[in-house]
Amino acid sequence: MPSGFDQEQAAREALLAALKIAGLTEAELVCVIATGAGQAAVSFASGTVTEVSAAARGAIQLFPQARTVIDVGAEEGRAVKIDETGKVVDFVINEKCAAGTGSFVEGMSRALGVTLEEMGTLSLQGEKTVPMNAQCAVFAESEVVSLIHARISKADIAKSIHAAMAGRISAMVRRVGMQKEVAMIGGVAYNKGFVQAMENELEVKMLLHEEYHEYISALGAALIAAEKAGVN
Amino acid sequence: MSEEKELWRWKEYNWRNPAIDWKDAAVITAGVDVGSVSSQAVIMCDGELYAYASMRTAADSPGSALKAIDWAMEDTGLTLDDIHFTVGTGYGRVNIPFADHAITEIACHARGAGFIYGSTVRTVLDMGGQDCKAMRIDEKGKVISFIMNDKCAAGTGRGLEVFANLLGVSIEEVGELSLQVEEEPEPVSSTCVVFAKTEAVGLLRSGWSKEKVLAAYCSAMARRVASLLERIGVVDDFAITGGIAKNVGVVSRLEKVLGVKALKPKLDTQLAGAIGAALLGRALAKKISH
Repeated sequence: MPSGFDQEQAAREALLAALKIAGLTEAELVCVIATGAGQAAVSFASGTVTEVSAAARGAIQLFPQARTVIDVGAEEGRAVKIDETGKVVDFVINEKCAAGTGSFVEGMSRALGVTLEEMGTLSLQGEKTVPMNAQCAVFAESEVVSLIHARISKADIAKSIHAAMAGRISAMVRRVGMQKEVAMIGGVAYNKGFVQAMENELEVKMLLHEEYHEYISALGAALIAAEKAGVN
Repeated sequence: MSEEKELWRWKEYNWRNPAIDWKDAAVITAGVDVGSVSSQAVIMCDGELYAYASMRTAADSPGSALKAIDWAMEDTGLTLDDIHFTVGTGYGRVNIPFADHAITEIACHARGAGFIYGSTVRTVLDMGGQDCKAMRIDEKGKVISFIMNDKCAAGTGRGLEVFANLLGVSIEEVGELSLQVEEEPEPVSSTCVVFAKTEAVGLLRSGWSKEKVLAAYCSAMARRVASLLERIGVVDDFAITGGIAKNVGVVSRLEKVLGVKALKPKLDTQLAGAIGAALLGRALAKKISH
Protein backbone atom coordinates (compact mmCIF):
# COMPACT_ATOMS: atom_id res chain seq x y z
CA MET A 1 0.00 0.00 0.00
CA PRO A 2 1.14 3.59 -0.48
CA SER A 3 3.15 4.84 2.51
CA GLY A 4 1.29 8.16 2.77
CA PHE A 5 2.59 10.59 5.33
CA ASP A 6 2.14 8.66 8.52
CA GLN A 7 4.75 5.97 8.07
CA GLU A 8 4.06 4.35 11.41
CA GLN A 9 0.39 3.94 10.61
CA ALA A 10 1.10 2.73 7.07
CA ALA A 11 3.48 0.10 8.44
CA ARG A 12 0.93 -1.06 11.00
CA GLU A 13 -1.88 -1.25 8.48
CA ALA A 14 0.28 -3.25 6.10
CA LEU A 15 1.28 -5.64 8.87
CA LEU A 16 -2.30 -6.10 10.05
CA ALA A 17 -3.49 -6.80 6.51
CA ALA A 18 -0.76 -9.41 6.08
CA LEU A 19 -1.57 -11.01 9.47
CA LYS A 20 -5.21 -11.26 8.49
CA ILE A 21 -4.38 -13.12 5.29
CA ALA A 22 -2.02 -15.43 7.22
CA GLY A 23 -4.62 -16.02 9.95
CA LEU A 24 -2.18 -14.87 12.65
CA THR A 25 -2.24 -12.28 15.41
CA GLU A 26 0.47 -9.76 16.24
CA ALA A 27 1.19 -11.57 19.51
CA GLU A 28 2.27 -14.64 17.58
CA LEU A 29 5.09 -12.78 15.84
CA VAL A 30 8.46 -13.59 17.40
CA CYS A 31 10.50 -10.91 15.70
CA VAL A 32 9.68 -7.95 13.45
CA ILE A 33 12.42 -6.26 11.43
CA ALA A 34 11.78 -3.01 9.59
CA THR A 35 13.56 -1.73 6.51
CA GLY A 36 13.11 1.03 3.93
CA ALA A 37 13.16 4.82 4.00
CA GLY A 38 10.70 4.93 6.90
CA GLN A 39 12.25 2.12 8.99
CA ALA A 40 12.88 4.42 11.95
CA ALA A 41 9.16 5.21 12.21
CA VAL A 42 8.19 1.57 12.77
CA SER A 43 8.07 1.65 16.57
CA PHE A 44 6.68 -1.89 16.91
CA ALA A 45 9.69 -3.46 15.16
CA SER A 46 12.33 -5.09 17.33
CA GLY A 47 15.09 -4.07 14.96
CA THR A 48 15.95 -2.61 11.57
CA VAL A 49 18.15 -3.58 8.63
CA THR A 50 19.35 -1.38 5.81
CA GLU A 51 17.51 -1.46 2.49
CA VAL A 52 20.66 -2.82 0.90
CA SER A 53 20.90 -5.86 3.22
CA ALA A 54 17.19 -6.53 2.96
CA ALA A 55 17.27 -6.36 -0.83
CA ALA A 56 20.27 -8.70 -0.97
CA ARG A 57 18.74 -11.24 1.40
CA GLY A 58 15.38 -11.25 -0.35
CA ALA A 59 16.95 -11.53 -3.78
CA ILE A 60 19.25 -14.45 -2.96
CA GLN A 61 16.28 -16.36 -1.54
CA LEU A 62 14.36 -16.10 -4.81
CA PHE A 63 17.33 -16.09 -7.20
CA PRO A 64 20.16 -18.20 -5.71
CA GLN A 65 22.28 -17.59 -8.82
CA ALA A 66 22.07 -13.78 -8.55
CA ARG A 67 25.32 -11.90 -7.86
CA THR A 68 24.09 -8.43 -8.73
CA VAL A 69 20.82 -7.00 -7.49
CA ILE A 70 19.25 -3.91 -9.01
CA ASP A 71 16.60 -2.37 -6.80
CA VAL A 72 14.65 0.57 -8.18
CA GLY A 73 11.95 2.06 -6.00
CA ALA A 74 9.99 5.29 -5.91
CA GLU A 75 12.74 7.54 -4.61
CA GLU A 76 15.89 5.46 -4.71
CA GLY A 77 17.83 3.31 -7.09
CA ARG A 78 20.55 0.95 -5.95
CA ALA A 79 22.94 -1.62 -7.36
CA VAL A 80 24.16 -4.28 -4.93
CA LYS A 81 26.89 -6.83 -5.47
CA ILE A 82 26.34 -9.97 -3.38
CA ASP A 83 28.06 -13.28 -2.70
CA GLU A 84 26.46 -16.74 -2.90
CA THR A 85 25.08 -16.40 0.64
CA GLY A 86 23.37 -13.11 -0.10
CA LYS A 87 25.92 -11.10 1.83
CA VAL A 88 26.56 -7.61 0.52
CA VAL A 89 29.98 -7.21 -1.10
CA ASP A 90 29.55 -3.67 -2.41
CA PHE A 91 26.77 -1.28 -3.35
CA VAL A 92 25.98 2.09 -4.93
CA ILE A 93 22.90 4.14 -4.06
CA ASN A 94 21.28 7.12 -5.70
CA GLU A 95 19.37 8.86 -2.97
CA LYS A 96 19.85 12.56 -3.59
CA CYS A 97 18.25 12.90 -6.97
CA ALA A 98 15.06 11.60 -8.57
CA ALA A 99 16.71 10.88 -11.94
CA GLY A 100 16.48 7.15 -12.58
CA THR A 101 13.85 6.41 -9.93
CA GLY A 102 10.17 5.60 -9.92
CA SER A 103 9.20 9.20 -9.27
CA PHE A 104 11.05 10.14 -12.46
CA VAL A 105 8.82 7.85 -14.57
CA GLU A 106 5.79 9.13 -12.69
CA GLY A 107 6.64 12.71 -13.64
CA MET A 108 7.25 11.71 -17.26
CA SER A 109 3.96 9.82 -17.51
CA ARG A 110 2.21 12.98 -16.29
CA ALA A 111 3.98 15.04 -18.93
CA LEU A 112 3.02 12.49 -21.60
CA GLY A 113 -0.56 12.36 -20.36
CA VAL A 114 -0.61 8.58 -19.90
CA THR A 115 -0.97 6.51 -16.75
CA LEU A 116 2.08 5.09 -15.05
CA GLU A 117 0.86 1.58 -15.91
CA GLU A 118 0.69 2.47 -19.62
CA MET A 119 4.28 3.71 -19.73
CA GLY A 120 5.79 0.23 -20.04
CA THR A 121 3.56 -1.09 -22.81
CA LEU A 122 3.74 2.21 -24.67
CA SER A 123 7.50 2.06 -24.55
CA LEU A 124 7.57 -1.46 -26.03
CA GLN A 125 5.70 -0.08 -29.07
CA GLY A 126 8.40 2.53 -29.64
CA GLU A 127 10.57 2.13 -32.71
CA LYS A 128 13.45 4.43 -31.90
CA THR A 129 14.90 6.52 -29.12
CA VAL A 130 15.71 10.21 -29.27
CA PRO A 131 18.44 11.57 -27.02
CA MET A 132 17.16 13.15 -23.81
CA ASN A 133 19.43 15.98 -22.69
CA ALA A 134 17.96 16.54 -19.27
CA GLN A 135 18.73 14.15 -16.44
CA CYS A 136 16.86 16.19 -13.86
CA ALA A 137 13.25 15.02 -13.49
CA VAL A 138 11.99 18.60 -13.45
CA PHE A 139 13.87 19.61 -16.61
CA ALA A 140 13.04 16.30 -18.32
CA GLU A 141 9.34 17.06 -17.91
CA SER A 142 9.80 20.25 -19.95
CA GLU A 143 11.88 18.32 -22.45
CA VAL A 144 9.12 15.75 -22.90
CA VAL A 145 6.71 18.59 -23.62
CA SER A 146 9.14 19.90 -26.27
CA LEU A 147 9.39 16.43 -27.80
CA ILE A 148 5.59 16.25 -28.00
CA HIS A 149 5.60 19.65 -29.75
CA ALA A 150 8.26 18.32 -32.12
CA ARG A 151 5.76 15.58 -33.06
CA ILE A 152 7.79 12.66 -31.76
CA SER A 153 5.38 9.79 -31.07
CA LYS A 154 4.47 9.10 -27.46
CA ALA A 155 5.74 5.55 -27.85
CA ASP A 156 9.16 6.79 -28.97
CA ILE A 157 9.24 9.34 -26.16
CA ALA A 158 8.39 6.64 -23.61
CA LYS A 159 11.14 4.45 -25.06
CA SER A 160 13.60 7.34 -24.82
CA ILE A 161 12.64 8.07 -21.22
CA HIS A 162 13.32 4.48 -20.22
CA ALA A 163 16.59 4.44 -22.14
CA ALA A 164 17.70 7.57 -20.25
CA MET A 165 16.73 6.03 -16.92
CA ALA A 166 18.45 2.77 -17.79
CA GLY A 167 21.59 4.72 -18.65
CA ARG A 168 21.57 6.25 -15.22
CA ILE A 169 20.96 3.00 -13.30
CA SER A 170 23.38 1.03 -15.48
CA ALA A 171 26.13 3.48 -14.63
CA MET A 172 25.60 2.53 -10.97
CA VAL A 173 25.67 -1.16 -11.86
CA ARG A 174 28.96 -0.72 -13.71
CA ARG A 175 30.41 1.23 -10.82
CA VAL A 176 29.69 -1.62 -8.45
CA GLY A 177 31.02 -4.09 -11.05
CA MET A 178 28.33 -6.18 -12.69
CA GLN A 179 28.47 -9.92 -12.16
CA LYS A 180 25.98 -12.38 -13.60
CA GLU A 181 23.31 -13.28 -12.88
CA VAL A 182 21.53 -9.97 -12.46
CA ALA A 183 18.24 -9.74 -10.59
CA MET A 184 15.90 -6.78 -10.63
CA ILE A 185 13.59 -5.97 -7.74
CA GLY A 186 11.54 -3.00 -6.54
CA GLY A 187 8.34 -1.49 -7.87
CA VAL A 188 9.84 -0.13 -11.07
CA ALA A 189 10.49 -3.74 -12.19
CA TYR A 190 6.78 -3.83 -13.11
CA ASN A 191 7.62 -1.43 -15.90
CA LYS A 192 8.39 -3.65 -18.89
CA GLY A 193 9.75 -0.72 -20.85
CA PHE A 194 12.34 -0.03 -18.20
CA VAL A 195 13.29 -3.72 -17.86
CA GLN A 196 13.79 -3.95 -21.62
CA ALA A 197 15.89 -0.79 -21.63
CA MET A 198 18.05 -2.17 -18.82
CA GLU A 199 18.53 -5.47 -20.64
CA ASN A 200 19.56 -3.58 -23.79
CA GLU A 201 21.92 -1.32 -21.90
CA LEU A 202 23.64 -4.05 -19.85
CA GLU A 203 23.28 -6.76 -22.51
CA VAL A 204 22.06 -9.26 -19.97
CA LYS A 205 18.75 -10.99 -19.27
CA MET A 206 17.25 -9.89 -15.97
CA LEU A 207 16.08 -12.34 -13.35
CA LEU A 208 12.62 -11.17 -12.38
CA HIS A 209 10.01 -12.49 -10.02
CA GLU A 210 6.68 -13.13 -11.72
CA GLU A 211 5.09 -10.48 -9.51
CA TYR A 212 5.51 -8.91 -6.08
CA HIS A 213 8.66 -7.03 -7.08
CA GLU A 214 8.12 -4.49 -4.32
CA TYR A 215 7.83 -7.20 -1.62
CA ILE A 216 11.28 -8.66 -2.04
CA SER A 217 13.04 -6.34 0.40
CA ALA A 218 10.31 -6.97 2.98
CA LEU A 219 10.83 -10.69 2.37
CA GLY A 220 14.55 -10.14 3.00
CA ALA A 221 13.76 -8.34 6.27
CA ALA A 222 11.50 -11.22 7.32
CA LEU A 223 14.26 -13.76 6.58
CA ILE A 224 16.73 -11.70 8.59
CA ALA A 225 14.17 -11.55 11.42
CA ALA A 226 13.87 -15.35 11.31
CA GLU A 227 17.64 -15.73 11.56
CA LYS A 228 17.78 -13.32 14.49
CA ALA A 229 15.02 -15.19 16.26
CA GLY A 230 16.86 -18.46 15.67
CA VAL A 231 14.17 -19.89 13.41
CA ASN A 232 15.43 -22.07 10.61
CA MET B 1 -2.62 20.79 -19.28
CA SER B 2 -4.55 23.88 -20.35
CA GLU B 3 -7.11 23.53 -17.55
CA GLU B 4 -4.33 23.95 -14.98
CA LYS B 5 -4.13 27.36 -13.40
CA GLU B 6 -0.93 29.00 -14.51
CA LEU B 7 0.53 30.13 -11.23
CA TRP B 8 3.96 30.78 -12.72
CA ARG B 9 2.59 33.73 -14.63
CA TRP B 10 4.46 36.85 -13.70
CA LYS B 11 3.52 39.98 -15.59
CA GLU B 12 4.15 39.73 -19.32
CA TYR B 13 4.59 43.27 -20.57
CA ASN B 14 6.16 45.70 -22.99
CA TRP B 15 7.54 49.19 -22.48
CA ARG B 16 8.74 52.10 -24.62
CA ASN B 17 10.85 55.12 -23.72
CA PRO B 18 8.76 58.15 -24.73
CA ALA B 19 11.82 60.45 -24.59
CA ILE B 20 13.48 58.78 -27.57
CA ASP B 21 12.57 58.98 -31.25
CA TRP B 22 14.24 56.07 -33.02
CA LYS B 23 14.36 58.04 -36.26
CA ASP B 24 17.04 60.25 -34.69
CA ALA B 25 19.25 57.30 -33.74
CA ALA B 26 22.48 56.55 -35.59
CA VAL B 27 22.62 52.90 -34.53
CA ILE B 28 19.60 50.82 -33.53
CA THR B 29 20.41 47.43 -32.07
CA ALA B 30 18.31 44.65 -30.60
CA GLY B 31 19.00 41.89 -28.10
CA VAL B 32 16.76 38.86 -27.91
CA ASP B 33 17.11 36.47 -25.00
CA VAL B 34 15.19 33.26 -25.58
CA GLY B 35 15.40 31.45 -22.29
CA SER B 36 14.03 28.07 -21.35
CA VAL B 37 11.19 29.69 -19.45
CA SER B 38 10.96 33.34 -20.48
CA SER B 39 11.94 35.44 -23.52
CA GLN B 40 12.88 39.10 -23.68
CA ALA B 41 13.50 41.47 -26.56
CA VAL B 42 15.28 44.79 -26.00
CA ILE B 43 15.73 47.59 -28.56
CA MET B 44 18.42 50.19 -27.99
CA CYS B 45 19.02 53.49 -29.76
CA ASP B 46 22.69 54.50 -29.58
CA GLY B 47 23.17 52.47 -26.42
CA GLU B 48 20.09 53.82 -24.66
CA LEU B 49 17.14 51.72 -23.71
CA TYR B 50 14.32 52.40 -26.17
CA ALA B 51 11.81 49.57 -25.91
CA TYR B 52 11.43 46.05 -24.56
CA ALA B 53 9.05 43.16 -24.06
CA SER B 54 9.11 40.22 -21.68
CA MET B 55 7.03 37.07 -22.05
CA ARG B 56 6.81 33.33 -21.48
CA THR B 57 8.80 31.23 -23.98
CA ALA B 58 6.47 29.29 -26.25
CA ALA B 59 7.04 25.81 -27.68
CA ASP B 60 9.56 26.93 -30.32
CA SER B 61 12.50 29.34 -30.13
CA PRO B 62 12.04 31.13 -33.49
CA GLY B 63 8.38 31.83 -32.76
CA SER B 64 9.12 33.06 -29.24
CA ALA B 65 11.90 35.36 -30.46
CA LEU B 66 9.71 36.85 -33.16
CA LYS B 67 6.78 37.38 -30.81
CA ALA B 68 9.00 39.12 -28.27
CA ILE B 69 10.59 41.51 -30.79
CA ASP B 70 7.23 42.22 -32.44
CA TRP B 71 5.81 43.13 -29.07
CA ALA B 72 8.78 45.35 -28.25
CA MET B 73 8.31 47.16 -31.61
CA GLU B 74 4.55 47.54 -31.08
CA ASP B 75 3.26 51.05 -31.89
CA THR B 76 6.79 52.33 -32.57
CA GLY B 77 6.60 52.17 -36.36
CA LEU B 78 9.86 50.22 -36.27
CA THR B 79 10.28 47.14 -38.44
CA LEU B 80 12.97 44.46 -38.31
CA ASP B 81 14.61 46.16 -41.33
CA ASP B 82 15.18 49.34 -39.32
CA ILE B 83 17.28 47.51 -36.74
CA HIS B 84 20.95 47.60 -37.72
CA PHE B 85 22.15 44.67 -35.70
CA THR B 86 20.43 41.97 -33.66
CA VAL B 87 22.12 39.64 -31.20
CA GLY B 88 20.45 36.49 -29.95
CA THR B 89 21.26 34.93 -26.59
CA GLY B 90 19.89 32.40 -24.13
CA TYR B 91 18.99 28.75 -24.40
CA GLY B 92 17.37 29.26 -27.85
CA ARG B 93 19.96 31.70 -29.26
CA VAL B 94 21.06 29.56 -32.20
CA ASN B 95 17.46 29.33 -33.34
CA ILE B 96 16.59 33.00 -33.89
CA PRO B 97 16.21 33.47 -37.65
CA PHE B 98 16.40 37.28 -37.73
CA ALA B 99 19.49 37.58 -35.48
CA ASP B 100 22.81 38.63 -37.02
CA HIS B 101 24.85 36.99 -34.33
CA ALA B 102 24.56 34.70 -31.29
CA ILE B 103 26.40 35.31 -28.00
CA THR B 104 26.34 33.13 -24.87
CA GLU B 105 24.05 34.26 -22.06
CA ILE B 106 27.03 34.40 -19.73
CA ALA B 107 28.65 37.23 -21.67
CA CYS B 108 25.30 38.95 -22.14
CA HIS B 109 24.26 38.76 -18.49
CA ALA B 110 27.61 40.10 -17.38
CA ARG B 111 27.29 43.06 -19.76
CA GLY B 112 23.62 43.56 -18.89
CA ALA B 113 24.40 43.54 -15.16
CA GLY B 114 26.87 46.36 -15.75
CA PHE B 115 24.11 48.37 -17.47
CA ILE B 116 21.47 47.71 -14.82
CA TYR B 117 23.71 48.04 -11.77
CA GLY B 118 26.64 50.16 -12.90
CA SER B 119 30.34 49.51 -13.45
CA THR B 120 31.13 48.72 -9.80
CA VAL B 121 29.68 45.19 -10.11
CA ARG B 122 32.31 42.46 -9.77
CA THR B 123 30.18 39.41 -8.97
CA VAL B 124 27.00 38.55 -10.82
CA LEU B 125 24.59 35.81 -9.95
CA ASP B 126 22.15 34.99 -12.73
CA MET B 127 19.24 32.95 -11.47
CA GLY B 128 17.23 31.88 -14.46
CA GLY B 129 14.52 29.41 -15.30
CA GLN B 130 16.65 26.36 -15.91
CA ASP B 131 20.09 27.29 -14.71
CA CYS B 132 22.04 29.29 -12.24
CA LYS B 133 25.36 30.97 -12.99
CA ALA B 134 27.87 32.73 -10.81
CA MET B 135 30.24 35.11 -12.65
CA ARG B 136 33.13 37.35 -11.77
CA ILE B 137 33.40 40.35 -14.07
CA ASP B 138 35.69 43.32 -14.62
CA GLU B 139 34.75 47.01 -14.78
CA LYS B 140 33.82 46.71 -18.46
CA GLY B 141 31.37 43.92 -17.76
CA LYS B 142 33.70 41.29 -19.23
CA VAL B 143 33.61 37.83 -17.70
CA ILE B 144 36.75 36.75 -15.83
CA SER B 145 35.45 33.41 -14.59
CA PHE B 146 32.15 31.64 -14.05
CA ILE B 147 30.55 28.44 -12.84
CA MET B 148 27.07 27.20 -13.49
CA ASN B 149 24.52 24.59 -12.55
CA ASP B 150 22.34 23.59 -15.46
CA LYS B 151 21.93 19.93 -14.61
CA CYS B 152 19.61 20.08 -11.64
CA ALA B 153 16.44 22.09 -10.99
CA ALA B 154 17.34 22.77 -7.36
CA GLY B 155 18.15 26.46 -7.12
CA THR B 156 16.46 27.43 -10.40
CA GLY B 157 13.28 29.24 -11.32
CA ARG B 158 11.67 26.04 -12.58
CA GLY B 159 12.17 24.47 -9.18
CA LEU B 160 10.55 27.45 -7.53
CA GLU B 161 7.63 27.26 -9.97
CA VAL B 162 7.06 23.63 -9.00
CA PHE B 163 6.77 24.77 -5.40
CA ALA B 164 4.54 27.73 -6.21
CA ASN B 165 2.24 25.37 -8.08
CA LEU B 166 2.16 22.84 -5.27
CA LEU B 167 1.15 25.50 -2.76
CA GLY B 168 -1.24 27.29 -5.11
CA VAL B 169 0.67 30.55 -4.80
CA SER B 170 1.59 32.82 -7.70
CA ILE B 171 5.34 32.97 -8.39
CA GLU B 172 5.39 36.73 -7.76
CA GLU B 173 4.04 36.29 -4.24
CA VAL B 174 6.42 33.53 -3.14
CA GLY B 175 9.11 35.88 -1.81
CA GLU B 176 6.85 38.12 0.25
CA LEU B 177 4.86 35.21 1.67
CA SER B 178 8.02 33.38 2.67
CA LEU B 179 8.97 36.31 4.90
CA GLN B 180 5.68 36.18 6.80
CA VAL B 181 6.94 33.73 9.41
CA GLU B 182 7.60 34.43 13.04
CA GLU B 183 10.61 32.21 13.20
CA GLU B 184 12.86 31.00 10.38
CA PRO B 185 12.25 27.25 9.92
CA GLU B 186 14.94 24.69 9.10
CA PRO B 187 15.54 24.61 5.33
CA VAL B 188 13.92 21.82 3.30
CA SER B 189 16.41 18.97 3.57
CA SER B 190 15.99 17.33 0.15
CA THR B 191 18.10 18.75 -2.65
CA CYS B 192 16.10 17.24 -5.50
CA VAL B 193 12.99 19.28 -6.30
CA VAL B 194 10.95 16.09 -6.74
CA PHE B 195 11.86 14.90 -3.24
CA ALA B 196 11.55 18.39 -1.78
CA LYS B 197 7.99 18.44 -3.07
CA THR B 198 7.21 15.21 -1.22
CA GLU B 199 8.87 16.66 1.86
CA ALA B 200 6.77 19.82 1.58
CA VAL B 201 3.53 17.85 1.36
CA GLY B 202 4.56 16.05 4.54
CA LEU B 203 5.29 19.37 6.25
CA LEU B 204 1.89 20.77 5.24
CA ARG B 205 0.18 17.66 6.60
CA SER B 206 2.01 18.03 9.86
CA GLY B 207 0.46 21.47 10.22
CA TRP B 208 3.01 23.85 8.69
CA SER B 209 1.56 26.94 7.06
CA LYS B 210 2.19 27.69 3.37
CA GLU B 211 4.35 30.61 4.45
CA LYS B 212 6.52 28.41 6.62
CA VAL B 213 6.99 25.83 3.86
CA LEU B 214 7.91 28.60 1.42
CA ALA B 215 10.36 30.01 3.96
CA ALA B 216 11.97 26.57 4.30
CA TYR B 217 12.25 26.23 0.53
CA CYS B 218 13.57 29.75 -0.12
CA SER B 219 16.11 29.16 2.60
CA ALA B 220 17.22 25.86 1.02
CA MET B 221 17.53 27.61 -2.35
CA ALA B 222 19.58 30.42 -0.85
CA ARG B 223 22.01 27.94 0.69
CA ARG B 224 22.38 25.99 -2.49
CA VAL B 225 23.08 29.10 -4.54
CA ALA B 226 25.42 30.42 -1.87
CA SER B 227 27.58 27.32 -2.16
CA LEU B 228 27.86 27.91 -5.91
CA LEU B 229 28.89 31.53 -5.29
CA GLU B 230 31.37 30.60 -2.59
CA ARG B 231 33.15 28.34 -5.04
CA ILE B 232 33.85 31.29 -7.30
CA GLY B 233 34.30 33.81 -4.46
CA VAL B 234 32.11 36.84 -3.88
CA VAL B 235 33.77 40.20 -4.48
CA ASP B 236 31.88 43.51 -3.99
CA ASP B 237 29.77 44.80 -5.57
CA PHE B 238 27.42 41.90 -5.81
CA ALA B 239 24.41 41.92 -8.15
CA ILE B 240 21.71 39.43 -9.10
CA THR B 241 20.07 39.12 -12.51
CA GLY B 242 17.32 36.86 -13.85
CA GLY B 243 13.84 36.22 -12.55
CA ILE B 244 14.74 35.14 -9.02
CA ALA B 245 16.42 38.48 -8.33
CA LYS B 246 12.82 39.68 -7.92
CA ASN B 247 12.16 37.13 -5.17
CA VAL B 248 12.83 38.96 -1.92
CA GLY B 249 12.52 35.70 0.03
CA VAL B 250 15.49 34.11 -1.73
CA VAL B 251 17.53 37.33 -2.06
CA SER B 252 17.28 38.39 1.59
CA ARG B 253 18.19 34.90 2.79
CA LEU B 254 21.07 34.70 0.34
CA GLU B 255 22.41 38.04 1.58
CA LYS B 256 22.26 36.69 5.10
CA VAL B 257 24.10 33.44 4.27
CA LEU B 258 26.79 35.29 2.30
CA GLY B 259 27.00 38.26 4.63
CA VAL B 260 26.93 40.49 1.54
CA LYS B 261 24.20 42.86 0.35
CA ALA B 262 23.11 42.73 -3.27
CA LEU B 263 22.77 45.99 -5.19
CA LYS B 264 19.20 47.20 -5.70
CA PRO B 265 18.15 46.91 -9.35
CA LYS B 266 17.02 49.96 -11.32
CA LEU B 267 15.39 47.82 -13.99
CA ASP B 268 13.61 44.50 -14.37
CA THR B 269 16.38 41.95 -13.74
CA GLN B 270 14.88 39.53 -16.25
CA LEU B 271 16.01 41.94 -18.98
CA ALA B 272 19.73 41.66 -18.21
CA GLY B 273 20.51 39.08 -20.91
CA ALA B 274 18.68 40.93 -23.68
CA ILE B 275 20.15 44.30 -22.65
CA GLY B 276 23.64 42.80 -22.68
CA ALA B 277 22.97 41.31 -26.11
CA ALA B 278 21.78 44.66 -27.50
CA LEU B 279 24.86 46.41 -26.06
CA LEU B 280 27.27 43.82 -27.43
CA GLY B 281 25.39 44.12 -30.73
CA ARG B 282 26.15 47.83 -30.78
CA ALA B 283 29.88 47.17 -30.54
CA LEU B 284 29.64 44.58 -33.31
CA ALA B 285 27.60 46.91 -35.54
CA LYS B 286 30.22 49.63 -35.13
CA LYS B 287 33.01 47.23 -36.00
CA ILE B 288 31.23 46.16 -39.16
CA SER B 289 30.42 49.70 -40.33
CA HIS B 290 34.08 50.76 -39.99
